[in-house]
Amino acid sequence: MNLWQALEPAQLITLSICVPFVGALLVIVTGKIPNLREAVTLITAAILFSIVLAITDYTFLGTTLELDVIELFPGLGISFNVEPLGVLFALVASFLWIVTSIYAIGYMRGHNEINQTRFFCCFALSISSVMGICFSGNLLTLFIFYEVLTLSTYPLVTHAGNDAAKQGGRVYLGILLSTSIVFLLFAILGTYALTGTLDFRAGGIFDDSHNKVVLSVLLVLFCYGVGKAAIMPFHRWLPAAMVAPTPVSALLHAVAVVKAGVFSILKIVIYIFGIEGLKDLATTDIMLYIGAATIVLSSCIAMSKDNLKARLAYSTVSQLSYIVVGALLASSIASAGAALHIATHAVGKITLFFCAGAIMVASHKKNISDMAGLGRKMPITFAAFTVGAISIIGLPPMAGTWSKWYLAIGALETDKFIIVAVLMVSSLLNIAYLLPIPIKAFFSKPAEGAKPWRWSQTKEAPLPILIALIVTSGCCLAMFFYLQPLVDLINLIPGVSTK
Amino acid sequence: MSFILDYYNYWIVVFLMMAGFYIVISANNLVKKIVGLNIFQTSVFMLYISMGKVTGGTAPIVAEGVTQYSNPLPHVLILTAIVVGVATTAVGLALVVRIKRAYGTVEENEFDNKDDVI
Amino acid sequence: MLEQHLAALPIILPLIAAPIALILGRSVLSWGFATLVSGLAFLLSWQLLSAALSEGVISYAVGGWAPPWGIELRVDAANAFVLLAVTAISTLVLVYSKHSIEKEVKATNHTLFYTAHLLCLAGLSGILITGDAFNLFVFLEISSLATYTLVSLASDRRCLTAAFRYLVMGTIGATFILIGVGLLYMKTGTLNMLDLAERIDLYDSSRTINTGLAFIMVGVSIKLALFPLHMWLPPAYTHAPSAVSAFLASTATKVAVYVMIRFIFTVFGIDHVFVDMGMGIILMVLAVVAIFKCSYMATVQSNVKTVLAYSSVAQIGYMILGLSLVSVSGLMASMIHIFNHALMKGALFMAVGAVFYRVGSVEIKDFAGLGRKMPLTMAAFTIAGLSIIGVPLTVGFVSKWYLVSAALEQDQWLVAAFVLVGSLFAVMYIGRVIEAAYFQKLPESRSSEDIKEVSWLMLVPMWVLVIANIYFGIDTSLTTEAANSASEWLFQTNNMLENKVMEGEVLEGHAIEEKAQEVSS
Repeated sequence: MNLWQALEPAQLITLSICVPFVGALLVIVTGKIPNLREAVTLITAAILFSIVLAITDYTFLGTTLELDVIELFPGLGISFNVEPLGVLFALVASFLWIVTSIYAIGYMRGHNEINQTRFFCCFALSISSVMGICFSGNLLTLFIFYEVLTLSTYPLVTHAGNDAAKQGGRVYLGILLSTSIVFLLFAILGTYALTGTLDFRAGGIFDDSHNKVVLSVLLVLFCYGVGKAAIMPFHRWLPAAMVAPTPVSALLHAVAVVKAGVFSILKIVIYIFGIEGLKDLATTDIMLYIGAATIVLSSCIAMSKDNLKARLAYSTVSQLSYIVVGALLASSIASAGAALHIATHAVGKITLFFCAGAIMVASHKKNISDMAGLGRKMPITFAAFTVGAISIIGLPPMAGTWSKWYLAIGALETDKFIIVAVLMVSSLLNIAYLLPIPIKAFFSKPAEGAKPWRWSQTKEAPLPILIALIVTSGCCLAMFFYLQPLVDLINLIPGVSTK
Repeated sequence: MSFILDYYNYWIVVFLMMAGFYIVISANNLVKKIVGLNIFQTSVFMLYISMGKVTGGTAPIVAEGVTQYSNPLPHVLILTAIVVGVATTAVGLALVVRIKRAYGTVEENEFDNKDDVI
Repeated sequence: MLEQHLAALPIILPLIAAPIALILGRSVLSWGFATLVSGLAFLLSWQLLSAALSEGVISYAVGGWAPPWGIELRVDAANAFVLLAVTAISTLVLVYSKHSIEKEVKATNHTLFYTAHLLCLAGLSGILITGDAFNLFVFLEISSLATYTLVSLASDRRCLTAAFRYLVMGTIGATFILIGVGLLYMKTGTLNMLDLAERIDLYDSSRTINTGLAFIMVGVSIKLALFPLHMWLPPAYTHAPSAVSAFLASTATKVAVYVMIRFIFTVFGIDHVFVDMGMGIILMVLAVVAIFKCSYMATVQSNVKTVLAYSSVAQIGYMILGLSLVSVSGLMASMIHIFNHALMKGALFMAVGAVFYRVGSVEIKDFAGLGRKMPLTMAAFTIAGLSIIGVPLTVGFVSKWYLVSAALEQDQWLVAAFVLVGSLFAVMYIGRVIEAAYFQKLPESRSSEDIKEVSWLMLVPMWVLVIANIYFGIDTSLTTEAANSASEWLFQTNNMLENKVMEGEVLEGHAIEEKAQEVSS
């Protein structure tokens, strides 16, 4: 269904960026009346999703949507170009924004957070920049919105305003800004100096005339420049960002921000280097194995964390590298798996974070060791947690199965058996650090004498929170059975196919 | 030897310049620094004036029987430079007066706070 | 009539206005008058820039004496562009300074402040427009003397020693330039820059010319505070009244950079300076060291004005780096950064001045809690700070983009990396201030009623600069076009001259004397 037929197709891109931006302004204006403010957020989110749906329609119809906004430098400016990968990411982000908004309303009120207006405003701003990243038509545009995303999420990370938040914000901004300024900008300028263009083109913009050594260096710079992809050793910002309120961790640090990172890498691999071009580079394999190491190492670190959000954060670091590995395997099917993982991991991980927030609101528990027996008090929450966990592990009948399937096939196809092994070991590690949590919550009794705070009054979290986590865990299940539209979308990406 | 004698005006300039520069750097007393600065500038005035002299030339006034004149332009220039130098000295001395009022001394090593040392 | 003398007006107007401002006596009157004059000068330079862009070079003979005998004023795209920036900043600073100096300068000295400001403006305009090497020295000293006075007007006694140090080093620098000009005159017998350029090419390898070049380079380097000759700058900017720091940081050193560009490109010629004398590598090394050393120094200071002062020295490093690349795009990056840095530093110093106005101190710890108490001021500081860091959609990003592109164009990958790594320091020193402002509580000792937003008279100029930071970061056509035509023009003149020499067509008739004067022996 297309609600936006009256409009020029290309204007939809403008709308998709402006709607959340205007939403942010309206949030400030209506800040004094919380109910109206939340209504604004929800309506904006709904409008945005309908816009992205319309863009998806056009993509399936094969209409090219292009938009040149302004020329910053001669021959180079902010321009947008809709392609299937960006549409996929935009769909995921805008849909989950609606869910997260519902959740955030319950969470922020349940938790009596301060500065809620600033919170919802920055939230909308960061979604606006995510849309910019999704539809960017060249590297410069991508870079600009990437930086805006970093800056607009900084107030969200440091929301609490205490020393821990300040420290977390320092690491967050420090790593993300420095990697992007030193590595990413350098790589972009280097690319521009070599090719004279920064446009995303099917098959890449480099050709055989470019020095392979320089390109290899550029690949490393790109991979580390996109600090949001959290490849070790530049992953520290993600656990640090967990000082933020849970809705932020849920949407931004499980979906929008981190996915913006891996999405950028995927986009650079597909449209700048070209999947074929990647095969000849010396550093592709090196980065591939660094990604594989990140998968295993951060899973191990996750196991040692008792704080639930920290464990989920390291789990995210590990899962992000699945996508990096998928991109660097340089095979069309692995790239498809990587693209799919953006969507499947998003719904799975956001469910887990929603549950973590629900537990926090309902029982003020942060540590896993304190959650024994909590499952009987909060059955819905922990059921949803189990669903999300199974999806992350990649077991049927949850969405995560498919993306891991394609990734593994891609690894087999390229004869990278170590990667296959890493994927398998990682699944086992996922089981080891995720499943004990609901098991303990359902089947253990809380230790005597250490009865959690207000044990008898502890009950399920407020309704908006429950709605949100039921929706996302339902998605985990539904995407296992009805994946075809997403697969069709991914098959439209040039050079990428699930077959 | 003739090398030294032929260019004696330059040697004077160089000597004055270095002497002035040395005073500026080494003097403790702010007034002496200004004096050093003046000597330093004066050396440059000498450089200009001596370069305007043409051997055998007279003052550049049109007079009968004279065909060769010294170049008047550097002299005129240096008139301006002297004015600039005087102005600089005036500003510098005014600053010294105010420093004396504010710090009670014009000796650098008597300032209480070593960060203020010039 | 006025049209005819357009080129001279930006100098004459403030020069005549300066004593009038003194005579007016009352602080408010001279403030209004000085602002008006500066605004007029801005309009005039706008006219000049558009004239220069459409007609090319405008030459004006002072007093009707034809060049090269008389003093020539030459307006081209390059200096009209810088002049526009200088007069614009001057006007904004004057609007801003009314309240700022009420707090920081003794009431009896207010008219003196405006007088000195106008004199300084006249001097700076003169340096930019003049086409005569000796005249340049005179204007340099007019602006410098006015500057020493301005610095010494603050109420803190440390401004006096800072001004004295500035005076000593500034005078040495100016004298060095004087020596250099003298040596050039000795060999060529002319002072007109254009004429000089033609004649210098004849004596390329002459020792006198080379010594002159060395003296001028060192002298200008002191004036523009190139590392390691920057020692006068941090104390001067720290202890001067905030309005003065804002004005000087965004104009005086920029004009000195322009003088260096002017001497290198239009007087000595690229080949002579960079190929024969190898100045390029010297400048490049000094610039890179300046970027790192002074950015580092900025991160360890406790006084925010000192932080910004060291940051200025580091940013000057970027400008010099651009011109040391010896290419149209490198020079263009320098010119763009001259303009852009004026916008950023002006806004930053104004924000800091506003904090001083309310809090009475600019130590980093005194910024605690100001994010809530002075939201507009701190927002201005944050945006201008992001611009210094070089975040996209601000002018800082544009500067950095052009500078790095210019370095990569010449395969200077290492230099490009240095530029980017250097900008990380900015994240640190700006971040420290912002963290204090937004994450720390207002100290108990400070009554919260006193600390509030400053008046609109201070906010408006600050925000004009902040908005300019964003506007010129998005719509770069004006800056790019002006800088591009300026740098292409500078290179063209240079090439033109070289071609002339090759063809042996030097215009002999121009000169005062047939040959350089023989020195008495």
